Amino acid sequence: MILQTIKDKLASGQTLCREDALFLFNNTGLLELGQMADEQRKRRHPDGQVSFVVDRNVNYSNICCCKCRFCAFYCDENDANAYLLSYDEIFAKVQELVDHGGTQLLMQGGVHPSLTIDWFEELFIQLGQRFPSVQIHSLSPAEIIQIAQLSDLSVTECLQRLQAAGLKSIPGGGAEVLVDEVRQVISPNKIGWRRWADVMEQAHALGMKTTATLMFGCGETPAQLVEHLFRVREIQQRTGGLSAFISWSFQPNNTELGGDSATGYDYLRVVALSRLVLDNIDNIQASWVTQGDKMAQVALRFGANDLGGTMLEENVVAATGVAFRMTQQQLIDLARDAGFTPVRRTTGYEILEVY
Amino acid sequence: MNDIIAQVRAKIDTGQRISDADALQLFESDDLFGIGQLAADINRSKNGDKVLFNVNRHINYTNICVNQCRFCAFSKESGEPGGYTYNLSQILEKAAEANAAGATELHMVGGLHPELPFDFYLRMMATIKANNPHMKIKAFTAVEIDYFSQISKLPVEEVISELKRLGLDSTPGGGAEILCAEVRNQICPEKISGERWLEVTEKIHNSGLKSNATMLFGHVENYADRVDHMAKLRALQDKTAGFQSFIPLAFQPDNTRIPNAKGPGGLDSLKTLAISRIYLDNFQHIKAYWIMLGLKIAQVALSFGVNDLDGTVVEEKIGHDAGADSPQKLEKQEIIRQIRNAGKIPVERDTLYQQVRVYDDIAND
Repeated sequence: MILQTIKDKLASGQTLCREDALFLFNNTGLLELGQMADEQRKRRHPDGQVSFVVDRNVNYSNICCCKCRFCAFYCDENDANAYLLSYDEIFAKVQELVDHGGTQLLMQGGVHPSLTIDWFEELFIQLGQRFPSVQIHSLSPAEIIQIAQLSDLSVTECLQRLQAAGLKSIPGGGAEVLVDEVRQVISPNKIGWRRWADVMEQAHALGMKTTATLMFGCGETPAQLVEHLFRVREIQQRTGGLSAFISWSFQPNNTELGGDSATGYDYLRVVALSRLVLDNIDNIQASWVTQGDKMAQVALRFGANDLGGTMLEENVVAATGVAFRMTQQQLIDLARDAGFTPVRRTTGYEILEVY
Repeated sequence: MNDIIAQVRAKIDTGQRISDADALQLFESDDLFGIGQLAADINRSKNGDKVLFNVNRHINYTNICVNQCRFCAFSKESGEPGGYTYNLSQILEKAAEANAAGATELHMVGGLHPELPFDFYLRMMATIKANNPHMKIKAFTAVEIDYFSQISKLPVEEVISELKRLGLDSTPGGGAEILCAEVRNQICPEKISGERWLEVTEKIHNSGLKSNATMLFGHVENYADRVDHMAKLRALQDKTAGFQSFIPLAFQPDNTRIPNAKGPGGLDSLKTLAISRIYLDNFQHIKAYWIMLGLKIAQVALSFGVNDLDGTVVEEKIGHDAGADSPQKLEKQEIIRQIRNAGKIPVERDTLYQQVRVYDDIAND
């Protein structure tokens, strides 16, 4: 029986293949899939710790050339609500983060039509001088490629200069579904999956860690979702540079793509499957920002071991009308009530405090 | 840890009832999947893959209440800003909207109003029924029935029979909260006792009306209090068979006055629903009330022994005043989609759990 073969593989530490993953996704009950993922999570994190980072998103601009059909955040340069934050505005936001004991700055914008590398270099240098305790975990592959092109640099040169200016790690945004047939429908102007992977692998080669994300529920097939997971797994096999995997569901409100939201059932199945497939990535995050605190807690028993960040500020998901907020204490309680030991971590998953 | 699951499963398989001690051990167990699977198996043997919902509308006719329960963010004192009372024509208008939208049920509960006479409620029943003869009216908790008896000086039996004569079809299960006195003294000291709630509910059942039973959880109560609550319901059900469904209500903490109570987490909610399915062997239906649980948890609960997703609701005030972040209403198509997505068969039911329509073929929606 296929399910038993898959369970035996997992128990003996073997990697699943695409067919196994597709079988699990299409044919296994929610509880069975969850239990398998929970066991894998326990094997990898036998200490029962659930981690989180104190962070803030700063969206330096909402002006974006990509105009992805799933996005409710982007603006045209001439739109009335288009903005580009000044350095001083950004510093004020980071100061608030530091005041809250924050250690991670997640800065992302739109793919801006004219900002060149000088703007980012100068910003990162000044941030480093003012806020040495904050790790700059910023920019997605699509932004890095845009900056490189506008500045006549190769991707590697661009990454090297950003790294020298203070960029320490890169968040895994903009992956959506790493299958070009899906991307052509939901984000036709954004880089294809190979270029996304290429930027991440070059960053890894320079010693930068990154994460990888998945935005599911935007019309992809189960086979395409499985393909995404395996492409992420294969990047990790080549570089070892991925610190975490984060899945969230497409939020259709205020977007051109529209349609139905993924359900709670869908979300837990995707989290569980990602834990089972991604046996070479340590950390699977639960997304309370898109799923709410109750579902994020349940996800901790469906394979997740990390709650992401406290997110003092978040704008992109909020633009779809989904606006969950949580304090650090709420994250701690959430993990503890689920029977875990909450820990505060750095961007690089070093433990700062055990609660 | 797994012993309790095996022990309970053995009892279930041999047709034995599980004990209060068993239920307590289940609450204390960390075996989420063992509990969930057991509840799912029991539910499947009782209800197959069918999941019920109804097309209903809530009408909270007043928020003015002589009680000031600490868990409640809905009630206002007489004269307090924000207080409201619908008049009969407003109520009829909402009932007519519900009728036009295809609702088969009105769910009506309100505060214990200090001035409205019992006659108001009788006229409310009579006029709604006269204007909407096919609409089922599910109204008045045991707490309200008891209050009507006080203000009308009529015995409870007579209050029920008058309401029933004029159109009441069933009663909801609210006001049960947690039945034991220690907890009630902390969260709702002015409300009728647990014993009185059970007594009035028994009279409702004896009149031939069905009711539901709720349990407000995730505030100050402990697991033993939850088990005690369910034990009392199970005992009354043995006597009357008048409960249709059990509805655990997740406490919503915003704007309430219970210090440090934060409401149950997602895992506690799923476990509680599952354990109620396992323990309440004489209840046919366990309902995940999405207004309080959130739609995502309510849908996931369909894999944890739940077979009823409540209704379309349309206008809900009690949970939302306490910070529930669920929507105000669900379209019927959305409920059907959620049920199908969880691998179940959607069945529209009426108030008395009669099947209205089975949605077993997506092509015929």
